[in-house]
Amino acid sequence: MNWTISQNNKVINLADISVVNMSELREDIIKQAKHNKRVIGYFGQYEDEKIKLYVILADDKNSELLLSSSIFDKNDSYDSITEEMPVFHMFEREFYEEFGIEPIGHPWLKPVRTHKKEYPFFKMDGEEVHEIAVGPIHAGIIEPGHFRFMCNGEKIYDLEIQLGYQHRNVEQLFLQSKGFSSHLAESIAGDTVIGHNLAYSNAMESLLNIEISNKAALIRLIALEMERIAIHIGDLGAISNDIAYLMGNAVFGATRTLVINTLLEISGSRFGRGLIRTGGVVYDIDRKLTDRINAMLDKILKDVERMTETMFSSASVLSRLERTGTLNTEKAHELGMVGLAARASGISLDVRVDYPCKWDKDLCLNKIIMQNGDVYSRAYIRYQEINQSAKIIKDLLLKLFLYDKEPLLVKTDKTLFPNSLVVSMVEGWRGEIVHVAITNKIGGLTRYKIKDPSFNNWYGLAVAVRNNGISDFPLCNKSFNLSYCGNDL
Amino acid sequence: MFNSLKVKIYQGNQFIPDIKNSVINEKFRGFPLIKQKLCTNCDDCQNVCPTGAISLNPLSIDMGKCIFCGDCENSCSSEAIKFSNFHKLSSTSREKLIITSDTSIDDFITDAVVSSEKIKKIFGKSLKFRQVSAGGCNGCELELNACSNVNFDMGRFGIDFVASPRHADGIVITGPITENMAESLENAYNATPEPKIVILVGSCAISGGIFQKSSKIDRNFLEKYNVDLFIPGCPVHPLSFINGILDFIGK
Repeated sequence: MNWTISQNNKVINLADISVVNMSELREDIIKQAKHNKRVIGYFGQYEDEKIKLYVILADDKNSELLLSSSIFDKNDSYDSITEEMPVFHMFEREFYEEFGIEPIGHPWLKPVRTHKKEYPFFKMDGEEVHEIAVGPIHAGIIEPGHFRFMCNGEKIYDLEIQLGYQHRNVEQLFLQSKGFSSHLAESIAGDTVIGHNLAYSNAMESLLNIEISNKAALIRLIALEMERIAIHIGDLGAISNDIAYLMGNAVFGATRTLVINTLLEISGSRFGRGLIRTGGVVYDIDRKLTDRINAMLDKILKDVERMTETMFSSASVLSRLERTGTLNTEKAHELGMVGLAARASGISLDVRVDYPCKWDKDLCLNKIIMQNGDVYSRAYIRYQEINQSAKIIKDLLLKLFLYDKEPLLVKTDKTLFPNSLVVSMVEGWRGEIVHVAITNKIGGLTRYKIKDPSFNNWYGLAVAVRNNGISDFPLCNKSFNLSYCGNDL
Repeated sequence: MFNSLKVKIYQGNQFIPDIKNSVINEKFRGFPLIKQKLCTNCDDCQNVCPTGAISLNPLSIDMGKCIFCGDCENSCSSEAIKFSNFHKLSSTSREKLIITSDTSIDDFITDAVVSSEKIKKIFGKSLKFRQVSAGGCNGCELELNACSNVNFDMGRFGIDFVASPRHADGIVITGPITENMAESLENAYNATPEPKIVILVGSCAISGGIFQKSSKIDRNFLEKYNVDLFIPGCPVHPLSFINGILDFIGK
């Protein structure tokens, strides 16, 4: 048996994870992929003088996770999996960069996060071909990254994205800090405060073997959906801005303010910082606040409805959004897209449905999926998810009263399970967030691996802009709205 | 066309009319109020602080390091620390960001931001910034973008963000300054014409914040160049930012 079966937030003893010869593991990964098992974790850890590679595959149909591992000596190499399955290209680059184990035959083994003075970039020859370099500092107030376009006139032939500018060594900081690091989890990506902190807290609580109160669990999910609504509305505004539809930008901007100001009323921060801590939540949602949240939701649903109706019936808007930045289902599948961008390309993935917690099961969620994979699909799916999330919050608020008397925060002096591994997945607004925590024999963290959905999706953007006008690049970029620091960590 | 007009009429005016006297919801964690008399020196607050912003004897909070998580307030059994919802946190001097029992809100706003006639004359009517995100988590960036939305409408004061450092009067830095961004930040600074100002926004930029112990940050830039204004927050609230700038240019 090469694979150990686990589940979301289930603690596995390290001794139960089989260690397999890499060539055998490679064959097996390729075989499993044919049965729709996709990679969500592929990372190393030093073990004495050797390097251990952990591989985690997701079986979305059965809500199961498959774990396996392999051992390497320093400077070992193996046959690249990317050749067979492009989805591995970033994972293998990352593993090579951190541990020096070379995947032989990898088509483009560039650094992911460490910076060198001179990089190789793809080149194209031809009289009409010209090169455009953008960044790391961009025109607007956004995070840094370098984009290299190969163009023919106005048309993009190829885009190469070089990131790493935001690298703060977050994974290492998790190991350095004493006590729990909810604050750090909140700063992995400041636009996904709740999502990442939830994944972190779930992982820690599993390793501590503590159960948080129903009330705390509900408040967390309410915050998660509010974060989704806020960012989605903001993104619709930003998409409007990029097509010079200024009324959309103004109205969605003002509507988003209402959502994040309500989050401030709950937690004291417009992004929900300080709300979630290991063991539960810090702030309560009382009856008065419940009424405020419901009133806010009614208002923003109405505002969003009016604005989207106007916006999506405008021919000048549609002509910019439809068939722009298309990523078809086949390509999206091949590249291993996740989250909202994947669902817009017809791929059925949503952690809330595929790996449901007990509350998710009650909600009977449907995945919202569109087929075309263009900017319009990614915009329209946001509108639909805003409505869906508002309904989820309303349902959860009703449930909240049943657990009125329960505590918010469970304090514990337990230590983490020793020699264990836990995988924690959360559907953030951008998509699937994966945190993996590994402990040593005294229950200390020895590895903390984070995969933001952006890590999967950046390459999808590069492929989606091919054969589009270069002036549509900002629009395509915004429709994916990927995280730079989530990728660079 | 009629639909568009309808939305416009329905939305009405969204801007906050009086930015200077606007009050944020009482839950907001802004200026910390410290009562030395109540402090028992138990060091609970110091132990929960993730950024080392708290000192004892006398009890003080360094707003340049503070991420306003509120954990110290929640851990304090004697109510010696309380976060008020007051949002004008800016200062032209790094030292003044350290708040003790003796610092009242009134004291702080009267002398934390020192403006000068020269600054007023050069930047008072129009001030354009180039923002550089140097390892920021995108939290401060989101809030800086929000400064220009229809609610806060910073443009009404002649303050804007521009695309090129060559068009800017100053640099606004967010993030702890990663090694990988150090060079680009300096390039952007050097491309900005004199006279220019440097503003640090958020605890990451001011002190390294939650990332201060990272081995991948490089804060040499701040050794080399003078900083004109510090605006604390995690992330900075748009009202903190706009009011900080308005005080700085004497508006």
